Amino acid sequence: MTLFVTTVLANAGTSGAMPPQASTIAPEVDGLFYFIFILCTIFFVGIVGAIIYFAAKYRQRSSNDRTSAIDGNHRLELLWSAIPTVLLLVIFGWSFRIWLDMSVPPGDAIDVRVTGQKWSWSYDYPASGCVGVSEIVVPVGEPVKLTMSSLDVLHSYFVPAFRIKRDVIPNRYTVQWFTATEVGTYPVSCTEYCGTGHSIMASQVRVVSRPEYEDWLANDCGGGDKSGEELFRDKGCLACHSVTGSKLVGPTMLGLYGREETLVGGEKVLVDDNYIRESIINPNAKVVQGYDPVMPTFKGRIKDRQIDAIIDYLKTLK
Amino acid sequence: MSHAVANSAHGSQHNDHGTESNYLTARKGLLSWLFTLDHKRIGLMYLVSVIVFLLVGGLFALIVRAELMTPEGDLLDPDTYNRFFTLHGAIMVFLVIIPSIPASLGNIFLPLMLGAKDVAFPRLNLASFHIYVVGAMFFLYTLISGGLDTGWTFYTPYSIETGTSVIAATLGAFILGFSSIFTGLNFIVTIHKMRAPGMSWYRMPLFLWAIYSTSLIQVLATPVLAITLLLLIMERAFGIGIFDASLGGDPVLFQHFFWFYSHPAVYIMILPGFGVISEMITVHSRKNIFGYKAIALSSVAIAVIGFLVWGHHMFTSGQSEIASALFSFITFAVAVPTAIKVFSWVATLYGGSIRFTTPMWYTLSFLFLFTIGGLTGLFLGSLATDIHLHDTYFVVAHFHYVMAGGTIIAFLGALHHWWPKITGRMYNEGLGKISALLVFLGFNLTFFPQFVMGSHGMPRRYHSYLPEYQTWHVISSIGSFVLGAGVFLAVCYLTYSALRGKKAPDNPWNGVSLEWETATPPIEHNFVTQPVATRGPYEFDEIDTSSGRSHH
Ligand code: HEC
Ligand SMILES: [Cu+2]
Ligand SMILES: [Cu+2]
Repeated sequence: MTLFVTTVLANAGTSGAMPPQASTIAPEVDGLFYFIFILCTIFFVGIVGAIIYFAAKYRQRSSNDRTSAIDGNHRLELLWSAIPTVLLLVIFGWSFRIWLDMSVPPGDAIDVRVTGQKWSWSYDYPASGCVGVSEIVVPVGEPVKLTMSSLDVLHSYFVPAFRIKRDVIPNRYTVQWFTATEVGTYPVSCTEYCGTGHSIMASQVRVVSRPEYEDWLANDCGGGDKSGEELFRDKGCLACHSVTGSKLVGPTMLGLYGREETLVGGEKVLVDDNYIRESIINPNAKVVQGYDPVMPTFKGRIKDRQIDAIIDYLKTLK
Repeated sequence: MSHAVANSAHGSQHNDHGTESNYLTARKGLLSWLFTLDHKRIGLMYLVSVIVFLLVGGLFALIVRAELMTPEGDLLDPDTYNRFFTLHGAIMVFLVIIPSIPASLGNIFLPLMLGAKDVAFPRLNLASFHIYVVGAMFFLYTLISGGLDTGWTFYTPYSIETGTSVIAATLGAFILGFSSIFTGLNFIVTIHKMRAPGMSWYRMPLFLWAIYSTSLIQVLATPVLAITLLLLIMERAFGIGIFDASLGGDPVLFQHFFWFYSHPAVYIMILPGFGVISEMITVHSRKNIFGYKAIALSSVAIAVIGFLVWGHHMFTSGQSEIASALFSFITFAVAVPTAIKVFSWVATLYGGSIRFTTPMWYTLSFLFLFTIGGLTGLFLGSLATDIHLHDTYFVVAHFHYVMAGGTIIAFLGALHHWWPKITGRMYNEGLGKISALLVFLGFNLTFFPQFVMGSHGMPRRYHSYLPEYQTWHVISSIGSFVLGAGVFLAVCYLTYSALRGKKAPDNPWNGVSLEWETATPPIEHNFVTQPVATRGPYEFDEIDTSSGRSHH
């Protein structure tokens, strides 16, 4: 039943209140949108209809009108509390299901880094070493995961055609993902107020076929900065961290990403992007058990983008 | 003889108010106003300030709308535009909507409706007004000293970095918070301690229940805003890292703090509106309210649950997905008591004898607009749809339907409803209806197109935009000018009537709550002798109790 309504509504949706649908999640969101829309219309017509009817029927006719003594009706009140409750639960449940889909990026998603900075967006393709690209190009039909951060104030990355939006925050990664379903170019806008250029902080997603995407990667966006491996060497990390499994001054980086680390004090943490980032910027915030807090901070000596590259390099050390 | 006998024939009663003159003329001179302890005078001063700031905030809105007539940012440069929409929002929220009904009409009518001589702490009441004035001064200072461009939400880290007068404005909001706390505290104590004999809790007019719930939120939530703004000031002034990521702080923490206050503040803004609607819909349809207890207690329920939903402003902020789901769920839980209220008001009309006075026009207009505001909230409370709609014009339209279509419309209606009691003069009904109609049409014209733009993906706080949205923006701007004209007209004829209008009778609408028992305008000490509540606030003479259905 829900499925049926969803599909009917979703198909009606392409030219309706919502922008074109160009991602796998868009029809799901629109299905819910139109379901709520229909409910609202029914309630609105009912309420306003009743008001107009009563206003006409019970308008004052003479100054000695008698009025009804009704001051409540438990059964009616129960009914109009219960019906909305049930409908709201339906909306919540439906929405929650889509929310789960939205929240969990598929494991095999293509990784793209998004950096927001007053008032432009730039992209890195860690897997192919492209850094600072100003346009995002993705293959149609494949999941893409955006790992985003800001170099200054808050921004928010909004692609109306994909029905996705997530704030972009300094010093923290936020993630969102999509699978584009239609080849084309889709506008991106910033939806978190960020000052003078907020309304021109635009970009676009170009969705192309797989071969075209590979072509683009190989020709247009290659080159750029150093790779994570080069940086790891150049910044001097190798002096204290091996990549082969042996223990030096600091722990080895082999198999680090995704490992559960025990800290001084017994607390356990999962090694993820934020943890590695913190280890580089503020190494003494979390000290690994069995090691001395001797790692220097790299704050100010390393660019965000370079941290990203190192993290991606560390991920490959399995 | 006095008005103490509440069940004597209303309206026809010829009142002898002793020798006491009314509160407007009892004392003379500017100082007798500025340092008055009379709740009515304090309320009236609040009322005048609120209306003045309504016009100022409205002016900023009209300039913003004028800019948006074309896709290019041609009328204002972006920084000026950013200042104007910020000032519109900050003035409307902190100086207009929050104090609008409680501090002005609440101050004047709460003691009258309770049958009390004044509020519990008249000095605190005066202090609250003085503090309001000081807070407003800070805002005025902000206006002339570089403005403010953070949006009324002051989100960090932008508010830490910007060169505009953030400290003055936040100090202003901080100070205004105390005014709000004082008023709330005063009202809570007054309602607990100063009800007239016979005025049981369930005999209180619903306006008082609404004010009571509002006051609870004001007292409990406002301190959090105060602390948040103080932390922001400390960070800006002394570089203490709390919210700023580059100082080791967490910008999202600010949003949690901010909305922990500001969502309940949404109810500070709307509950008093609910209250006056209950008063107007009964008096002008000569009907007892449908479901008194449901309406009274749902206000309290909304106030309490309203504390647990702040995270629905942050579904896209990167807060945990589970937290978002929980906030969404609780948000839907608040929707139920709100729906109950709307149904109850509509049902109140059933079997009535409806008088289409200006207050009634506003009441019906409220029901229409607030229903749209409430229903569109469902799109935003629901996780999946909110992701798309968040921070677009859809949200702008939604909260204007609730805050302006709800609170401001209710405020305007209540202003007409109680105008005769406050000023002793009648306003012009014909002009009243013309302005109510202009406001209603202008309002829908302004904000309905914004729903359409928003669902198409037009972000808010944009100074320039894609040409595809222009038609909707133009309609919206034209609507705002009509709306502005309606409000301006109301301010004009109300001011005129206060000076030249024809004398109002003591009880022009034949209300039976206690505020109608005293003279018009009320005497300085409200009542000659202690009034006694001998009937419910909506037990009108017209009600036909012979069918025996009055209680069940
Ligand atoms: C002077 C030696 C030294 C240098 C140079 C150094 N580190 Fe470390 N690092 C350590 C020590 C010791 C620890 C363990 C104690 C702690 O957590 O602070 C550590 C911990 C870490 C951890 C956490 C490891 C875990 O198992 O949880 C990461 C990640 C890390 N370093 C990355 C780097 C990177 C990247 C660089 C180069 C930019 C670098 N380090 C340079 C000494 C060093
Ligand atoms: Cu922005
Ligand atoms: Cu809220």
